[in-house]
Amino acid sequence: MIMCRRATELMSQRLDRPLAWPERLSLRFHLAMCGACSQCNRQFDLLHEAGKRFEPAAQVQEQERE
Amino acid sequence: MSIPPLDDRMQRLTAVRPRLLSFARLHLRHHAQAEDAVQDTLEAAIEKQDSFSGRSGYETWVFGILKYKILDTMRAQKRQGTWQPLEDEGEADDDAIDRLFQQNGRWLKEARPVSWGEPEAAFENELFWQVFDACMIALPDNVARAFSLRELMGLSTEEICRELGIKENNCWVILHRARLRLRACIEQGWLTEEAS
Repeated sequence: MIMCRRATELMSQRLDRPLAWPERLSLRFHLAMCGACSQCNRQFDLLHEAGKRFEPAAQVQEQERE
Repeated sequence: MSIPPLDDRMQRLTAVRPRLLSFARLHLRHHAQAEDAVQDTLEAAIEKQDSFSGRSGYETWVFGILKYKILDTMRAQKRQGTWQPLEDEGEADDDAIDRLFQQNGRWLKEARPVSWGEPEAAFENELFWQVFDACMIALPDNVARAFSLRELMGLSTEEICRELGIKENNCWVILHRARLRLRACIEQGWLTEEAS
């Protein structure tokens, strides 16, 4: 069982490297039970997305790639 | 997409300049150096207009030039030894993270994240960006540098390690701290303002 502090490490690293499956599993398990960490996870995602919005045309580029 | 005519290009460069400047400022954290990087970028964009292929948008192309200029300036900063060693802030920063959690690793009650609402609504809110900017500036230099290279410039942690001269493991630790600090700062600044 991981605690919130460790969970935030994993949700951060998830944005920088692929997690190993035991890490993914324990993160998913923790998020399912912890409302505060689920919010934190959404906010990390939002910050990740916010960085991309800085460039005016970045979104267009992303869409083109898809 | 063809190359826009000169008048149009000048107009577009003028229009994109403030965004270039705030982008450069977040990376370089030095107003004069950010101004220089943007000025160099605008000059290069005019001089090297023939190398604009039209495959990407014009503004994207200009941002691409700025990214090179920013990395050049950062490398120069690093060479000149104006960067504080990462370890110096490492420990102080650990304290900042310690203040968010209890001994057992759970969130402290007052540090527990709350909802920010829909991401799209945040992105369309001018206030969100003002708070984001202020919170980036409030980060320690080293932490902000890693975060901006990762999330604004889109470099991989491997590339960031090369630029900053740190181990990848250290990079993940710094990015984790950056995200925790930013989210706490934004939550405080943004939601307080929204409520008032």
